[in-house]
Amino acid sequence: MFELSVVELSRWQFAITALYHYLFVPLTLGLSLMIAAMETVYVTTGKQIYRDITRFWTKLFLINFALGVATGLTMEFQFGTNWSFYSSFVGDIFGAPLAIEGLMAFFLEATFIGMMVFGWDRMSRGQHLAVTYMVALGSNLSALWILVANSFMQMPEGAFFNPVTMRMELASFGELIFSANAQAKFVHTSIAGYVTGAIFVAGISAWYMLKRRHMELARRSFRMAALFGVLSTAGVITLGDALGFVGGQAQPAKLAAMEGLWQSEPAPMPFNLVGFPSQKDQTNYGEVQIPYALSLLVTHSLDGTVPGFDELEKRATQRIRNGIPAVQALQTLSRNPGDATALEQFRAHESDLGYGFLVHRYAEDVGAATDAQISQAASDTIPHVATIFWSFRLMVAMGLGMLAFFVLAVIYSLRNDVQHQRWFLRVAVWMIPVPFLANEFGWLVAELGRQPWTVYEVLPTWMSASTHSVGYMVFSLAGFVALYTAFIVAEMYLMVRAIRIGPAAPDDGGDGSGAAADDRHLDGQAAGYAGA
Amino acid sequence: METYAVLQLLWWLLLGVLLIAVAVMVGMDMGVGTILRHVGRTDTERRVVLRIIDPHWEGNQVWFVLGGGAVFAAFPLIYATAFSGFYIVMLLLLWAMILRPLGFGYRDHLASARWRGMWDWALFISGLVPMVVFGAAFGNLFLGVPFDFSWNLTSTYSGSFIALLNPFAILCGLLAVSLAVFMGAVTVMKGAEGVIHQRSHRLARHASLLAIVLFAIGGIWVYTMQGFVLTQSPGAGVPQTPLQQMVSVAPGAWFANFRGQPLLWLLPVLGLAGMLLGFLAANARRGLLAWWFGALAWTGVISTAGVALFPFLLPSSLEPAQSLTIWNASSSELTLLWMLGFTVVLLPLVIWYTSWAFYIMRGKVTAGHVESDEHDY
Repeated sequence: MFELSVVELSRWQFAITALYHYLFVPLTLGLSLMIAAMETVYVTTGKQIYRDITRFWTKLFLINFALGVATGLTMEFQFGTNWSFYSSFVGDIFGAPLAIEGLMAFFLEATFIGMMVFGWDRMSRGQHLAVTYMVALGSNLSALWILVANSFMQMPEGAFFNPVTMRMELASFGELIFSANAQAKFVHTSIAGYVTGAIFVAGISAWYMLKRRHMELARRSFRMAALFGVLSTAGVITLGDALGFVGGQAQPAKLAAMEGLWQSEPAPMPFNLVGFPSQKDQTNYGEVQIPYALSLLVTHSLDGTVPGFDELEKRATQRIRNGIPAVQALQTLSRNPGDATALEQFRAHESDLGYGFLVHRYAEDVGAATDAQISQAASDTIPHVATIFWSFRLMVAMGLGMLAFFVLAVIYSLRNDVQHQRWFLRVAVWMIPVPFLANEFGWLVAELGRQPWTVYEVLPTWMSASTHSVGYMVFSLAGFVALYTAFIVAEMYLMVRAIRIGPAAPDDGGDGSGAAADDRHLDGQAAGYAGA
Repeated sequence: METYAVLQLLWWLLLGVLLIAVAVMVGMDMGVGTILRHVGRTDTERRVVLRIIDPHWEGNQVWFVLGGGAVFAAFPLIYATAFSGFYIVMLLLLWAMILRPLGFGYRDHLASARWRGMWDWALFISGLVPMVVFGAAFGNLFLGVPFDFSWNLTSTYSGSFIALLNPFAILCGLLAVSLAVFMGAVTVMKGAEGVIHQRSHRLARHASLLAIVLFAIGGIWVYTMQGFVLTQSPGAGVPQTPLQQMVSVAPGAWFANFRGQPLLWLLPVLGLAGMLLGFLAANARRGLLAWWFGALAWTGVISTAGVALFPFLLPSSLEPAQSLTIWNASSSELTLLWMLGFTVVLLPLVIWYTSWAFYIMRGKVTAGHVESDEHDY
């Protein structure tokens, strides 16, 4: 077997490139839809300001989009380059949504984005609007298919292991795409993108209002963002709860990590609001608990319970013991596919094959695995609790914070005095990084919480990676870090510059008479808003 | 024939179609990137050149993404083994390719000559390197790649990175570059006027002649090299692993399919004819016609390679018996069937709206166009 550090380096590389990619994707999801909404107002009202609004946000959208596309290519490559065993083991199932994503979503998005940028003078307003919607539809469809694929890793449904071909194969396409986890995950994640878009638009609009520049564009954009944002944030939180409900049943270890649940407890279970989980001592220090709350949150009832790690580790030990004969049978079947006894043995133990693979990491000959090796493998089934515990709390806190922000934003915006609430405008600017961070924390909860598996209870991470040398991995990791650092510097520079320059339309504030100009606009705009 | 075998064959054909689409559509844009600094000498000239493909390169690139996705879905063992085996080469390909979206997207944001010059080099690299790798990868298929499998099909690659850049692979890489440059040059020819048109006109002629020479040399080379023969296997349409077959190696074996079915000689003839007619059309300044002949040339070249290798997809030089074929590397029947369903419904739709996009953006690009763009984004 190969060095573990290659697996670790492969994990770091995947995490870094995925988290980086995921900085740009949610904004694309949300902003594409918001731009389509802005353009809809332009086409239906015919007001020039909405054309300016549409084109200004499109400009920022494109700066972000380029890097999203670029870093997405890495993801497409990386399953094969660095996770080759994973790719051949589940490619029969996992590859399909990826290919469909290309066919159904990327073509739509990529073909029409060219028209969106260069086609303004070559088609009617209605046609251009349709093109913009196709871009938004394409990016959202791509989120759907990638999350169907990801859901298979979290909650493998619609698949079985075929000992003849030595891999997982598709059993039901319907079960794969209509998995409850996939549905909840798609809605939760794509709406998180809408929240990101809304905060982005609101924050930059607030900055213009603080500077008294482009007041009309900023106020109208801000209002759209506030309305879009308050609905989206409420949706994210609702679906996050649904996802926790579905995911908690499918992945008890992830749930236990999110809640810092070392020991199983009787109902009604308390919720650990804060605390410092220690992996070594298997306990939390400095816990602050809310009685009854956990049962309510994760089972939606007062008498529900979920298992803690003590119970989960016991179950894992049993399943490892049961999985060992499955691995042994497969080794025989690999040499002699016709061996009926081995096939029978495999059938009797196949549900725990993945657990058998877990101990294979420590025992080349799984039949000779010692108790110590088995218990080591069982303790591997506990993911890194502190990181998941805190990532989850930070994500939720940020979500609730954004909800509060948007509620205020809607109130001020509808009262037409958001431009006078300068403290709130400053808050809005500082809110810009928040959804990006929340998205990253969400990724950490989902994917670190899945460990030690790439496909939950089916394929361990340690087996999934390609058999590269450490030297290759260091080379590639260094290359990615260097390139990606240069990219983010260029991107941020262009983004900040484009924001500073502002829309191409003539500035309606900004000079000495800015305040006066704003007030004129205020009076003139009430009617316009009613119309919009 | 079994349904499964038919599906495997269909996906082999579809894979060929996708590779041709990648070569034609992405190759064209990469060709433009490669010749950008040559056919455009001033900034305005370069912006005219880029503006020709600006509205389309992103959509075209999806052929590449889809090609990767389709290999993953239809032949997962190929995706896994080739992408990990060619690790360093794949990284160079990837790093070159991720420069493209930024080159197109960021170049014109700043007026600084240094900034724009840097992105022009980035577009050159991201055009040239992927096409060399694309061709070289094909070349290595003929030579075989040093990989083998463990009992549970963990693949291990035991060659060096440099070994992938052997003389035959480089020849194939150059062939790919010359065809890409041809396609790029005729694309610029039909999209631009004046001095840019002149320069690309000359390049198109040179590139097509070079391609003819390289393709002919490649053919002779393949004739002399060791080819693989599948002597025993569970057969088409039978679920299996690559651990259950016997393969022998013999000189000239890559020509066996042509000897067995002489009609297949039409494919290399098609390739050569495409290049020759492409040369004549480019010479006569018929840009669009030359483009279609170039597409024909690609079709001939790629299908010649595919048919020569058939039924192999990725031969192993280390363990020839563990070579990957259409029959042992494909997905299950159900996956192939579902994927086929999606393709039959969606691909015509893609072709329809892609054609519409090209139709909307038709016509020459002039300096006037790029100056009016200046005020847009």
